[in-house]
Amino acid sequence: MKNHVWRPLYLAIAAVLIGLIVRSFIVPSDFGAHERGYMYGWHRKSNEQEWAAIPVKYRTAKVCIDCHRDKYDDIKDSPHGIISCENCHGPNYDHPKNPKVLEINRSRSLCLRCHSKLPYKGTLRGSFKGINPESHHPQAECMMCHYPHNPKRPNPGQEVKR
Amino acid sequence: MMNRRQFCKNALIIAGGVSLPLAALELFDPKRLLAEKSSKGDRRWVFLVDIDKCVGCGFCVKACKIENEVPYEAKVSRTWVERYVITKKGETLIDSPNAARDGFTSTKIDQNLEGMKEVTEGEIAKAFFVPKLCNQCENPPCVQVCPVGATYQTADGVVLVDREWCIGCGYCIMGCPYGVRFFHPVYQVAEKCNFCYHRLAKGMTSACVDACPFGARRIGNLRDPEDPVTKIITTERVNVLKEQYGTNPQVFYLGMTMEVK
Repeated sequence: MKNHVWRPLYLAIAAVLIGLIVRSFIVPSDFGAHERGYMYGWHRKSNEQEWAAIPVKYRTAKVCIDCHRDKYDDIKDSPHGIISCENCHGPNYDHPKNPKVLEINRSRSLCLRCHSKLPYKGTLRGSFKGINPESHHPQAECMMCHYPHNPKRPNPGQEVKR
Repeated sequence: MMNRRQFCKNALIIAGGVSLPLAALELFDPKRLLAEKSSKGDRRWVFLVDIDKCVGCGFCVKACKIENEVPYEAKVSRTWVERYVITKKGETLIDSPNAARDGFTSTKIDQNLEGMKEVTEGEIAKAFFVPKLCNQCENPPCVQVCPVGATYQTADGVVLVDREWCIGCGYCIMGCPYGVRFFHPVYQVAEKCNFCYHRLAKGMTSACVDACPFGARRIGNLRDPEDPVTKIITTERVNVLKEQYGTNPQVFYLGMTMEVK
């Protein structure tokens, strides 16, 4: 059929075929409908593994206890025993290899997260011992008077030195 | 010349061909059928938030941002904590300064253009904190709108974003009724909470769950009837956000009141 009417049709078919061939090279073999079907599971399967393989940064207090037993014993029966070490000292990463030392955060803003007084009656926050940061020794670091690992004990002094 | 019989025959064939749906041309794929039938695996991650236990310290937001490498100074976050203050006049004031990354340290409530609003103790009828995160919906609208298959749901219910495939069109960010998605300032793709998928894969819990000193955030497996979180969800009075959207969210809230949006 050598007909000028059909020629554009052949061109269109060729374009579609080239498109399909190129697509088969670009789209990875694990791309398709997986467990959640076409509507929710249309994806590249290996991406799930890529997400799962990301290293953990916050490795939880379990990692700290082995070396810092003294600090653990200090905090475990205190009202602050519920706070994870990494909340104040930052994520563990690969400590002690990398980083060699973790942060000792002495800023007032750390304590104020819970102990800035908010007058919310009937809530847990409202029942906390709190201060007004503008009138309660605004120039001082909390740690000059309070021992963060056990607030029931006054600061034994050595914690203040830098 | 076409006779009447031939015309009727041809007309029927054409009508039949036109009405044939495209789906009928698809080859039967037993693998796909099996996958869809067996999608009920032995794990379905769900989240439980206890509003009564949240004090607004913001340690969860700090841990989330660092664990998941969301730029710390950028005003975007995978999770955040909202403060609700309901006055005796019936006004509802809501704020979340810096996604509550540094907690709530002031009694002043950020009302955007109207500035910081001071509410005295006597004016407050009730006040509470509500942590928010991705609901990992059973019918995720953000996944349906993705034109390239870059966002999807895994068999255990977590909605993930493929950073290599995302073209950054932003449809999913618009599609989420909970506003949990945002544009990642570094990777330039859609970003969202994924229950710390890398931690779950290693048998740990999400970073925000570990960071919460009060147990306000918990994660569990809905397919395990012995899971303590599953027990609470199935036996106690829990609620979900924006149920009317039909998304079937899987983050459950204890102690939620009608003011929470």
